Amino acid sequence: MLKNKREKIYTILIGGQAGDGAREAGVNLARLLCKMGYYVFASMEYPSLIRGGHNFCRVSFSKEKIYSDYRELDAIIALNQEIVDIHRNELKKTGVIFFDNNLNSVSGKSGQLISLPISSYAKELNAPTLARTAVALGSLCYYYDLPLEDLNLVFTEIFGTKAQINIDLAKKGFDYLQDKNFDKIKFDKPDKKIKGQIIDGNAATGEGMVAAGMKNYIAYPMTPATSVLHHLAKQASKYDLKVTQAESEVAVINMVLGSAFAGTRTATGTSGGGFALMTEALSMAGIAEIPTVVVESQRPGPSTGVPTRTAQGDLQFARQVLGEFPRIVLAPGDQQEAYELGGKAMNLAWQYQLPVMLMLDKHLSESLSNADLKKIKIKPEKIKMGKGGKNYVRYAFSKDGVSPLCFPGTPDTIVKANSYEHSEDGLISESGEMTVEMFDKRFAKMKNLEKEITKMKGVRIYGDKKSKNVVIFWGSTKGAVLEAIKHTKKSIKAVQVLTLEPLPTKSLIGVLKGAKKIADIELNYTAALASLIREKIGIEIKNKILKYDTYAFEPMELAKKIDKIF
Amino acid sequence: MTVDLNTKAKNTWCPGCTNFMILTAFKNALTELINEGKIKKDKVVVGAGIGCHGKIADYVNVNSIISLHGRVVPTMTGVKLGNPDLTAIAFSGDGDSYAEGMEHLVHASKRNSDIKLFVHNNQVFGLTTGQVTPTSKKGYKGKSTPGGSIEEPINPSLVMLSSGATFVARAYTGDMVFLMQVMKKAILHKGFAHLEIIQPCISFADTRDYFKEKVYQIDSNLPKNDLKWAMEKVQEMEKIPLGIFYEVDKPTFEEQL
Repeated sequence: MLKNKREKIYTILIGGQAGDGAREAGVNLARLLCKMGYYVFASMEYPSLIRGGHNFCRVSFSKEKIYSDYRELDAIIALNQEIVDIHRNELKKTGVIFFDNNLNSVSGKSGQLISLPISSYAKELNAPTLARTAVALGSLCYYYDLPLEDLNLVFTEIFGTKAQINIDLAKKGFDYLQDKNFDKIKFDKPDKKIKGQIIDGNAATGEGMVAAGMKNYIAYPMTPATSVLHHLAKQASKYDLKVTQAESEVAVINMVLGSAFAGTRTATGTSGGGFALMTEALSMAGIAEIPTVVVESQRPGPSTGVPTRTAQGDLQFARQVLGEFPRIVLAPGDQQEAYELGGKAMNLAWQYQLPVMLMLDKHLSESLSNADLKKIKIKPEKIKMGKGGKNYVRYAFSKDGVSPLCFPGTPDTIVKANSYEHSEDGLISESGEMTVEMFDKRFAKMKNLEKEITKMKGVRIYGDKKSKNVVIFWGSTKGAVLEAIKHTKKSIKAVQVLTLEPLPTKSLIGVLKGAKKIADIELNYTAALASLIREKIGIEIKNKILKYDTYAFEPMELAKKIDKIF
Repeated sequence: MTVDLNTKAKNTWCPGCTNFMILTAFKNALTELINEGKIKKDKVVVGAGIGCHGKIADYVNVNSIISLHGRVVPTMTGVKLGNPDLTAIAFSGDGDSYAEGMEHLVHASKRNSDIKLFVHNNQVFGLTTGQVTPTSKKGYKGKSTPGGSIEEPINPSLVMLSSGATFVARAYTGDMVFLMQVMKKAILHKGFAHLEIIQPCISFADTRDYFKEKVYQIDSNLPKNDLKWAMEKVQEMEKIPLGIFYEVDKPTFEEQL
């Protein structure tokens, strides 16, 4: 529990079946709130199908920075009956349900139900079904005294020439309640604008990699990594970026290696099963020392698992990808860090000539929050280039393990890369001595790499930094943890690990030393981070809060679990 | 002018291996193309998969990347994506490309990626000491099929034609000059070129006598843009036709990006 006064947190859920446009409406609401100066966190839930099903976007917002959405709701916008039935018991006492008046069996306390002619207005204006959520957003603007003109601005920014129908529908929704002289409820209004934008984790990751010089993105669609591909394909011409969809993850990763070998900063994105297919080539990136970046957005496995949900089950697998070679595994915890580490992943891959895996998960990939990307400076960092010429060899021994890099096409220079063990010139070698020398050369990179990890703050601390009650976590769990410790009975020190390989052991020992009690919080069954810490620094974390029901942690629930331990 | 294409790598192919013919033909093709000013040595990238064929990358002094088993085609597509100015020549084997990596050949053909693929087709896995491949004849007795293979072989040239390859040719190691000439044409072709190089494996599938009798060259003056004719031609079994069956000009994948 923190001593400072907390700002109120509000939550609105917009839901319907797939194809109803609930997600887009939720994102537009989040954009409106962000424009007003609110900090926002929006999460998406949907099953793996195209039409029907139970879909919703949940938007929490506050005057202070928030890192997660909450279950308790101020309002529901229901486009079908199922949304009302499933979520009505999550309403606060003052909460309301806005629903389409074509739903016939919505019942409840008076004052709690606000029936709106959502579909009939859409019909009246000849609007596409998808646009009908604009009616509800207009009504919301009236009811909570949100500026309708800002909503119209959002529509114009997003829909361009097609914005007018949304603007008209929103006005209808606004007027409907105004004409009835409905009582308004006022949220605590933000006093100032905030810098930045709202962005989801996948787009932020893509932007970060582009900022670090990525010119090729090659992928095969797989939920929840697919929107990296979508986002970059849309931005391709703006960034002079080539985006390619190949026939399989196996093809993709080998293309990534070829492209990087030819001298172009390249990345791919995938999820568990696709990542598994890529591992043989990642191993080649290890021995051939080809800079490679893979975004791994985790979903619950094993195998096909639960495709549209979230989990943190692939950490040990990424750390152990086939064979012994230096690799980097990074895990951002929020959208801003996804941008930061997206850039970092690309730069480290090229500075150290090795594969970098960036671990996201569905909750981080697809949720949106405020991010001030301009605050983080990313540029393509300088790499160790070779001069080329007749005596150039690709795998020259060097003290720091990093050989000067040349690309094919350099005049009078031969560049030979190899998936076999090789000598300095890149020719196949089966010599035991040479194998030892090459292993030692590759692992010599670790020394500088460990310094790098410390410099980039691979361990970050939040909450009460002096507290002896410590929770430790990695990845998107950050959101719920940082919210939960606002509500716990005892003050908590929260420790985030962003670099899982190499593990920043010295920093971790420093942070965990002196703790009275430590709890490990992860979205998996086997507590990968706790195992890793035990393996690397010998500290056994007995208290674990693990969840593998495919949903992200909810802050209040998590706070209760933390309270039980401390 | 001689172009120094030798490396210091020790050649580990079996003495008398027909890969030597492919290596010599390739070096001659490169030398001629470089001397004719048609390609630049610095811009050549040789890719290879895994198998006996793959060692060729070590024996030619140009840029090279030895990829994974079956994956040389996507690796080279990547090379072209990374730098479209490079001349991408991939070597592969019948195990490497028609077993492990067949999907990539189909898709590279479909997208007309600007890669030249030379497949050492000896109808057997050599480096793993003699098992059937997708082009082994039915009845082939290898270590994994002591009773004889029960599967019919595929016809790689036919697969490539039906997948959209814009250059489909076949050559035989028994005629090195002809092989070199077809290699040169393949290298100069803009788009995906598939050259199936039939070769005996002197250790595990010695087909020297069989092919010597069977192969013949097609009339090189025939039009090369007749897909139907080409598809019929490559299926001839009584005699085995060699030459360029199909060659058309289409925009490449990389230039359309």
